[in-house]
Amino acid sequence: MPNVKLHYDIDGNDFTVAGQASSNLKKVLKQLGVSTEVIRKAAISMYEGEINTVIHGKGGAADVEISTDKLIITFTDHGPGIKDISQAMQEGFSTATDEARELGFGAGMGLPNMKKYSDALNISSVLGEGTTVEIIIHLT
Amino acid sequence: MLASELAKTLGLETVNAGETDNEVTGCYIGDMLSVVMSRAEEGDIWLTVQANVNIDAVAVLTGISAIVIVEGMKADEDTVAKAKAQDITIYQSDDTAYALACKISELI
Ligand SMILES: Nc1ncnc2c1ncn2[C@@H]1O[C@H](COP(=O)(O)OP(=O)(O)OP(=O)(O)O)[C@@H](O)[C@H]1O
Ligand SMILES: [Mg+2]
Repeated sequence: MPNVKLHYDIDGNDFTVAGQASSNLKKVLKQLGVSTEVIRKAAISMYEGEINTVIHGKGGAADVEISTDKLIITFTDHGPGIKDISQAMQEGFSTATDEARELGFGAGMGLPNMKKYSDALNISSVLGEGTTVEIIIHLT
Repeated sequence: MLASELAKTLGLETVNAGETDNEVTGCYIGDMLSVVMSRAEEGDIWLTVQANVNIDAVAVLTGISAIVIVEGMKADEDTVAKAKAQDITIYQSDDTAYALACKISELI
């Protein structure tokens, strides 16, 4: 499989456009002949990451690198950052606003889902500066 | 049972009939999108009070057979538009998720 790099800008103002990067990624992976199981894992992780970048990170970007054996997705934002990463990783922990909750977000399950559906999840964050979330999914 | 047959039997209002009429193999009830993404299984018919456009994304990601917006909630305009573009079947009903699920469990 050739090395493929994709870049997505994620608008921080519109909750309803989130999902575009994940559906595009899904299409690309299908074209590359990736298995449906891996596509499902990648697309769900991508969606959760996209939504977090919008509702918590105030917008940012996602970069995807697809190589023969793995997929690396990196979300970057310059939002408020995460105070306590291990707390953020807990199922049910959420600081989502009422506006986000009304739309069905805020269960505190996004990061746990990303962990469940990926082979590695690395978060680095600096308060007041931003957050980087990297997910690795093996393709083979 | 096919989604269209189930909808007919339950008297659901069709918001968008997708091009593909999926087989309903299970049922999932939930309103928190991340939980639905974690627990709903392919082929489930998904009952929810959520009516905003994000339900389309969840439907595509999970591979559920159809969405039923319950309790008299109405699909947003952009929810319908995206469902048309992405071949997602959506129904609406005034019934509760519980009432519908009880009937669904006897039908599928
Ligand atoms: N990019 C980010 N910037 C700042 N905080 C974040 C970011 N991503 C996650 N967090 C913090 O981690 C918490 C948990 O995130 P997680 O995705 O698990 O749940 P959620 O987004 O609140 O709800 P859900 O994903 O279930 O809709 C968030 O509520 C937020 O406090
Ligand atoms: Mg989240």
